[in-house]
This record gives sequence, C-alpha cells and structure tokens, in this order.
Amino acid sequence: MSEMKEKLVFDRPESVIDRPTHYCPGCHHGIAHRLIGELLDEMDLAEKTLMVTSIGCSVFLYNYLNADAVEAPHGRAPAVATGVKRARPDKFVFTYQGDGDLASIGMAEIMHAANRGEKMCVVFVNNTVYGMTGGQMAPTTMIGQITTTTPAGRCQTHEGAPIRMTEIIASLGGTAFAARAALNTVPNIKKAKKYLKKAFEFQLNGTGFGFVELLSGCPTNWKMTPLKANERIKDEMIPYFPLGIYKDVSEEGGVC
Amino acid sequence: MSKKTERIFVKGNEAIARGALAAKCKCFFGYPITPQNDIPEFMSSEIIKAGGDFVQAESEVAAANMLLGAGATGVRAMTSSSSPGIALKQEAISYMAGSEVPAVIVNMNRGGPGLGDIGPAQGDYYQSTRGGGHGDYRHFTLGPGTVQEAYDLTIKAFDIAFTHRTPVLILGDAILGQMKEPITPWEPENIDEEAGRDWAITGRTDGREKRLIKSLFLEEGALAEQNRHLQAKYDSWKDLTEAEQFETEDADLIICAYGSIGRIAKSAVRKFRKDGKKVGLFRPITLYPFPSDELKALAEQGKRFLTIEHNLGQMLDDVRLAIRTVADSDFYPIYPGNLPTPDELEEPILKCLEGK
Ligand SMILES: Cc1ncc(C[n+]2csc(CCOP(=O)(O)OP(=O)(O)O)c2C)c(N)n1
Ligand code: SF4
Repeated sequence: MSEMKEKLVFDRPESVIDRPTHYCPGCHHGIAHRLIGELLDEMDLAEKTLMVTSIGCSVFLYNYLNADAVEAPHGRAPAVATGVKRARPDKFVFTYQGDGDLASIGMAEIMHAANRGEKMCVVFVNNTVYGMTGGQMAPTTMIGQITTTTPAGRCQTHEGAPIRMTEIIASLGGTAFAARAALNTVPNIKKAKKYLKKAFEFQLNGTGFGFVELLSGCPTNWKMTPLKANERIKDEMIPYFPLGIYKDVSEEGGVC
Repeated sequence: MSKKTERIFVKGNEAIARGALAAKCKCFFGYPITPQNDIPEFMSSEIIKAGGDFVQAESEVAAANMLLGAGATGVRAMTSSSSPGIALKQEAISYMAGSEVPAVIVNMNRGGPGLGDIGPAQGDYYQSTRGGGHGDYRHFTLGPGTVQEAYDLTIKAFDIAFTHRTPVLILGDAILGQMKEPITPWEPENIDEEAGRDWAITGRTDGREKRLIKSLFLEEGALAEQNRHLQAKYDSWKDLTEAEQFETEDADLIICAYGSIGRIAKSAVRKFRKDGKKVGLFRPITLYPFPSDELKALAEQGKRFLTIEHNLGQMLDDVRLAIRTVADSDFYPIYPGNLPTPDELEEPILKCLEGK
C-alpha cells in the first residue's frame, strides 16, 4: 500500500492563540479575530503590533491574538490608540470596537481620531446591539428591532435612526480608507479581509486613518439561530448598511 | 545630581511645562481651560522641538485616554487641566491606577462648584487626593507653593510615576499658574527613558511573551489579589512624604496650609514672628501620601493647630486624622471666589493664639 500524502489546507494562523473563545455559538467576533490574525501573519506584523481593546464582548481580544495590548475605557479606544501611536509611531496600532462602544459613548473619540488622520486602523464590529451588557439598543439598532430597552421595537421618532458610521467616517478629512463588509457569507468574509488589508497598508505607508466596519451577527441577543442571524444580515442589515468602499485615497490622490 | 542653568522669569504654568521637558516628557495631550492654557500653548511648540509630540485633544476625556495610551508604551507623557476638566479625566486616571500606567497630570485648581470662576481655589483637594475616580486607588498628589517648586516637583513627579508605576497629580491653582517669578531651571541627569522596558507594550520583539496593560480581572480571586497588590504599593509610600516646616520648633500655634495659601500663610507667620508671637507653618508638599507622622510629632509637643484653606474645609480632615489622638485643629476658610491676602489671615490667627 502506498502512503497517502496529506496536504494541510486550513490551519490556525500563528497570531491566533490556540484556546477556546468565550463567544456564543454563531458569534462573528471569532471570524473577525481570525481575519486579523491571518493578516498579522501574512503581513508579518505581529511583533510590531500594539492592540487597543475596547469594552464589549470583544474586550478579551487580547486573550486570542498573540500581540501586545492595552485595554481602553468604554468608547475611548481611538484616544488611547492616538496616545499609543504618537508615543510609538513605528508600531502598528489598531482598535477593535463594538457599535455601542464606537458609535455611542465613543462618538467624539472616533470622529476626531479619524479627522486628525491618526495613522492607525479601526475594526468596527456592528452587531446592532450592546452584546456584553445583555442586548440593549445600540446606535445601530434597526428601526423596529426589539431589544431589551426597545421592547416595542426601535422607533425613529423616539430613538432616532440607526447611525451609518462608515459614511460619516468617510466624510472626514484624515480618513484614508473607509469600507463596510459583512461576515455572513464566505464571499463577504473574503472581501472583509481585503478591506482590512487595505486599511492596514494605509497605516503602514503612513497615509492616514483606516476604518473597516464589519456587519456581524449576535445570535444570542437577536434570539435567533446562527443561520437565521446570517439571513438577517443579508435581508435587513445590508440593505440599510450598504457594503463597499466609501473612501480610498489611493484613488483620489491622498489626504492632507 | 543636576546641571544648573541660568535664571529665568516665568509663570508657574510655564515652569511646569519646562520642568516636564527637563524630565524628558515626550508626549503632551491638552485641552483648553483657564487658568492652565499656558501649559499646552508652551508645549505645542516646545515639545515638538524636543523631539516629542503634542495633541490638542477633542476633550479632557480624550486627552486623559491619550495619556493612558502613551504611558502604557512606557513613554513619559503628561496632560494638564483645571477642575471640571480633571473631573472628566478621572475615569482614565482610575484605569491608569488600576493598570499601573505611569503618567503626570496637572490640575490648576479654579473656583467651583460647577463652572465656578477662573480664579484660584483649593476646592479640589478631595478630588485630587482621594483618587476621585471609581474604585480603591490612590496616586501621589504634589502641592507646589512657589514657581521654583512647581518646576522641581514636575521633575520629581515623572520620577515617582516611573519608579512606582502610578499616575502622579500636581495640584496648583490660578495663583501659582499665573504668577511670574525668577527660577533656576535645572536638568536632571541619567533619566532612564526606557524605564518601562520590563512591562510596557512595545511590540513582541525578540520573541518575548505578549504583554497586557489591563485593569479587568474577572477570574476568581484575581481582582482581590490586584487590590491587595495596589494597597501594598500605596502603603509603601508612607515614608515618602514631604513637608515644609517654618518656625515650628518653639511655636505655640501651627498654621497648616498648602500650595499658594501655604505661601500666603508664611508671610503672615513672618509678621507675627516680628511681633514676637510664636506662630509656625506646616506646609504639606506631598498631599498624598499626607505627612501625618510629622504633624503628629508636633501635636505630641503640645502645639495647637489652625488649618487655613482656600475652600470650606478639606485638608482639615487629613490634619485631624493625623493628630486625632493628641490634639485637634481649628479652621479658617477662605471662600473660593475671594482672593486671599496675608492681612486677611492676621485676625483669625490672632484669635486662635489668644484662644478665642
Ligand atoms: C463608562 C461605561 N459605561 C458602561 C459600561 C458598560 N458596558 C460594558 S460593555 C457595553 C456595551 C458593549 O456593546 P458593544 O460596544 O456594542 O459591543 P458588543 O458587546 O456588542 O461586542 C457597556 C455599555 C462600561 N463598562 N463603562
Ligand atoms: S452576546 Fe452577541 S456579540 Fe457577545 S459573544 Fe454572544 S453572540 Fe457574540
């Protein structure tokens, strides 16, 4: 009998630590972590990376990626990252933030870090709820969506409309790259990685601020199966939060 | 060891900024608020010339968090503000204490509560010495009384911050910040600019283990252990107190006052001494840790005490705690909003001396 040669086609990226995550089944945080881990490997960044984690389900990002990290107060990751990058301009710096963190309490910090054109990247996980605190309304919660603080569904006249962050960030002077992807299908995940890579490159070549929004599922707080959650992203979220690149200065001739 | 330079004539605010540069401060994060604007204004050009970086943040909240980020990388960094701005910084200060990030914060105390005024006051003594933010933490609080001392203590603040991995707060007021005096700047020698090499986040170079700067401790028993560790650190500061004693030796009455009021009280004490009256001054320089032992030693000699503050009685608590088993202290408040003079202090001191 001849020996069968096996070829390894899928493995854990080196930058991703070999340990089970605390995320709920079907949660997309794990996918986002993996994409970052793959890029840290492929772009040989792990050793020069300083991560800024935020407050939300993903605060434990630092347990899963093998890079130095500092924990920021709720919403303040872009300010903390500004301090990190200004102090160590030769390092690779990114924040990883949820929608409550980034688009509500941290609205000032994200807007100004982008506007100053801080040479850093922001990974923005939009799952339309406050995950960690138990599923309250977030600034991105959809009209009609039931959460623990909008039991009758979000109402535009009472709670306002869901905020489209990528569009806002793309409008600011210091933003070099802003894009929105989704983590609900394989093609969308591939695109998400492409966008992240671009944002990373814009930091590495000193162009400016890179922002990638990832539409993600929170099956637990949506009270759905992971499959249904993926469908919801397609049917409800993507029509309101259209995917694509909103700003790419390499096509426009640079930021000043 | 120090290299002295020529005398210069500067405001307290500028002295602090120059002291920070002498201490090799490399990042400054500011936000406008009177009466401390000279600090960020000076830094906006001078720290850049010194090879550092300056950011005018979008708020005091952001400035303090930038400080947290820079400090976490082991770089010498600083922010300054005044009373309401310090209130906004306190969440981040608590995080810095919890995750043991060294940094220097300046508070040029103005009148409160609320928007108050932009004049001098000492109403932030509690805010500045009790942690002020959430959780059980402490940090050094230094209270300079002269422009030279503002310069000297800023250099010392960076030393303390990096020796003990802690935020350090310098508490001045509008008098100190805006007053011009001649000072002799000096350059400390042998500053270890990579003092954070054992703990700071600098990238996982040379294949070392990754590092985390964090204050979240969810595992069973972990937070209690962290609090025990922090408390032991704070306890170890007990011997690092500093205070000025002026004419205390044979004094019957000791005036306890800090910062600008300590200096004004000193003028009053001099006047009383000229009249042959046995009054002395005890001026705490480290407001936290408070120089309790030195004060208690004076109480044990049978001396009486009068605490004078530019507030309605805050350091008074620390004075009373220090001497509580032996003596008590009278109190004279200067109301925030009023500008104190040495003359104003004569009557209350005299009353106290005569036991009225
Ligand atoms: C100042 C402050 N306010 C509130 C909280 C409580 N808190 C913790 S996580 C969180 C929301 C996280 O939601 P999101 O940013 O959407 O991230 P997710 O958990 O969904 O990933 C809140 C409000 C806090 N830690 N600090
Ligand atoms: S609560 Fe939602 S966001 Fe948090 S881990 Fe569970 S699925 Fe993920």
